[in-house]
Amino acid sequence: MKDTVKQIVERYGKDETRLMDILIDTQETFGYISGDATQIMADMLGISRVDVNQTISFYHFFSTSPRGEYAIYLNDSAVAQMFGRQAVKEAFEKELGIKFGEVTADGKIGLFNTACIGMNDQEPAALINNRVFTRLTPYRVREILKHIREGRGVEDLINESYGDGKNSLPSLRSMVSSNIRRKGMILSDDYTYGTVIKEVLPKMSPEAVIAEIKHSHMRGRGGAGFPTGLKWEFCRRSKGDKHYVLCNADEGEPGTFKDRVILTEKPELVFEGMAIAGFAIGGDEGILYLRYEYRYMKEYLEEVLNDMRSKKLLGEKISGIEGFDFDIRIQFGAGAYVCGEESALIESLEGKRGEPRDKPPFPVEKGYLNQPTIINNVETFATAVRIVQNGGEWFTQFGTEDSTGTKILSISGDCMFPGVYEVNWGFNVDDMLNMVGAYDVQAVQVGGPSGTLIGPNEFHRTLGYSDLSTGGSMIIFGKQRNLLKDVVLNFMEFFIDESCGSCSTCRNMTQVMTNKLNKILKGKGVANDLEDLKQWGKVLMASRCGLGQTAGNPIISSLKNFKPLYDVLIQKDKEFDKGFDLVASVQNSCKFVGRVPNFNHH
Amino acid sequence: MSKPVIATTSLAGCFGCHMSILDIDERILQLIELVEFNKSPVDDIKTFTKPVDIGIIEGGCCNSENVEVLKSFRKNCKILISLGECAIMGGLPALRNGIPIEECLQEAYLDGPTVQLNKLGIMPNDDELPMLLDKVYPCHEIVKIDYFLPGCPPRADLIWDALVALITGDPLKLPYEVVKFD
Repeated sequence: MKDTVKQIVERYGKDETRLMDILIDTQETFGYISGDATQIMADMLGISRVDVNQTISFYHFFSTSPRGEYAIYLNDSAVAQMFGRQAVKEAFEKELGIKFGEVTADGKIGLFNTACIGMNDQEPAALINNRVFTRLTPYRVREILKHIREGRGVEDLINESYGDGKNSLPSLRSMVSSNIRRKGMILSDDYTYGTVIKEVLPKMSPEAVIAEIKHSHMRGRGGAGFPTGLKWEFCRRSKGDKHYVLCNADEGEPGTFKDRVILTEKPELVFEGMAIAGFAIGGDEGILYLRYEYRYMKEYLEEVLNDMRSKKLLGEKISGIEGFDFDIRIQFGAGAYVCGEESALIESLEGKRGEPRDKPPFPVEKGYLNQPTIINNVETFATAVRIVQNGGEWFTQFGTEDSTGTKILSISGDCMFPGVYEVNWGFNVDDMLNMVGAYDVQAVQVGGPSGTLIGPNEFHRTLGYSDLSTGGSMIIFGKQRNLLKDVVLNFMEFFIDESCGSCSTCRNMTQVMTNKLNKILKGKGVANDLEDLKQWGKVLMASRCGLGQTAGNPIISSLKNFKPLYDVLIQKDKEFDKGFDLVASVQNSCKFVGRVPNFNHH
Repeated sequence: MSKPVIATTSLAGCFGCHMSILDIDERILQLIELVEFNKSPVDDIKTFTKPVDIGIIEGGCCNSENVEVLKSFRKNCKILISLGECAIMGGLPALRNGIPIEECLQEAYLDGPTVQLNKLGIMPNDDELPMLLDKVYPCHEIVKIDYFLPGCPPRADLIWDALVALITGDPLKLPYEVVKFD
């Protein structure tokens, strides 16, 4: 064991900023990270053991005890619940005789819950040793477990046909489906990758590239909507030893899976976009920060990068342009929603806990390794290629005045055709519902749990930065769903799990508000509870990062748009009820001392 | 107008907050001019004899009797004030909240180093004794509380100022030193 860990640490040049890679390799090799392994890493990296431990403890996919030879991570997103997760979960537990969170006595199989793995259009889904298994049923569960017991390797557990598009390539061999339902400038097949690097960039200056991006009025596709050209310009102007281009492929917002599809079907476009950004800002290195849930794409994406290197689209003196040296590496996360926040992502990239930084300074001034850095979403880079190819002016013909271009939506939930749709901004929700075959719709979650829950009276609203902004997640709920119990509660539990814990507002208030929601769901709520929730939700705005600030949104937005659902649960005859139950609360102590509870004579 | 009536009690507290009330020193003479005390350890009236305007609660609830007394305060008082850390947050007694009640009893009466004389392993289970709750509750989780005066104990001046403000209707002065938390 010791020698293997030493080799792993040496593989990454004993560089403490590569701690994530070291831990991922160790976890994958041994199924856990032992105390001895931790000590070896600390000694070799010249950091304290606590430093290693705090990184380990932050990430969901790292563990200090064995997770089993076959570690099964079953997605527990709201949509998975809607499509039969409970039965699948029970089948796993019944077959194995263990609960989720446990490993079988022989150490062979472990069962774990995990947050949305980006398969919302093909739930219930699970990860088994980094391979994705979609559309699980109790029958399929029994079959998988039988095959594991027969000694099959994880590759041979897949007996479904491979998914559509590139999912069947030898380097992917994945049963995941891309489900592209509508194509626009990014997903269309009318672009031959490398065209911009080879034919356009040699004729342009970096400033001209930035000018085109600015002229296009493109705003970041991750959700926050910062003008991309401006970001690139700020970074270009910042002084530093090196400039970095980071691509945010953490895609942790439940219900989002479009980055998975873009990276499966058009990875060259994303990498080319990163190279263009590198050209524009004077960048030295690009890093794709990919969520660990998409580990199955590793071999494929590295193959793509090698192919691009061999075509001189990456490497030194790209396209013969003097000084245009740029290459890209892939960095995996290890299961943490908050790492989608740009400064948390940088911390993670440096091998630390993914806790957001205080801003300013912004990453364009001091980002990765304290150097000027741009971070953009997968879709932003892909879009940039088409803008530089056709010009900023061309781009403004798509979408609306304040939201130019196209947006790739991840649509899931109660509809006939879940999947990925590339639409022009300015689409309204009704149009979207018709397009995806959704009828009897009760509500749509726009932008994932951190976004807004809207009902039919708002379906006329349009998608765009000035009205309904979205990073791409659209989850549709039919009339048959219990919004508060199945959706809002699930989302709140997600935020409780995923809070990095840095700010007390997000760490505590998510729990406190969820307790209150549970109380209301049990029929113990009073009118004042709703007022409390409304007021307490505001406290979250004191959180350091956007994720903390929006962590109460499932409750805040459902309370705003679906108040009648709350009102019917509220006790009409009581002004005060904290749910305290005297009879229940004395049971244990009375039983222990051997007396019968008596409430009459005191 | 007749004098406002005040009642006080100490639940799962240490009487430190009541001591702090006494720390208003000679102002207690002024206080008696201003208000009338009903059920309170201060005058040793055991049960409510008339409707009360302001009830002051020290301590949280750790047993069934605490709950009963607190509820009777809510029933008989127009305004309830949680006085001090234990009433507001559970305080020191709430340290047991992370430990199952069975383990607490086991340690207190059977296993603890100071219980060697309890050879028969007798547990306090007389029907006359209050029944222990599974954990210690702050008062506002049992009944509605109108005001909270923090501190361990709250300073005498704070108690005085708060009472005067309540009785006169003047706004309570809250300078920085009173609300700072570090």
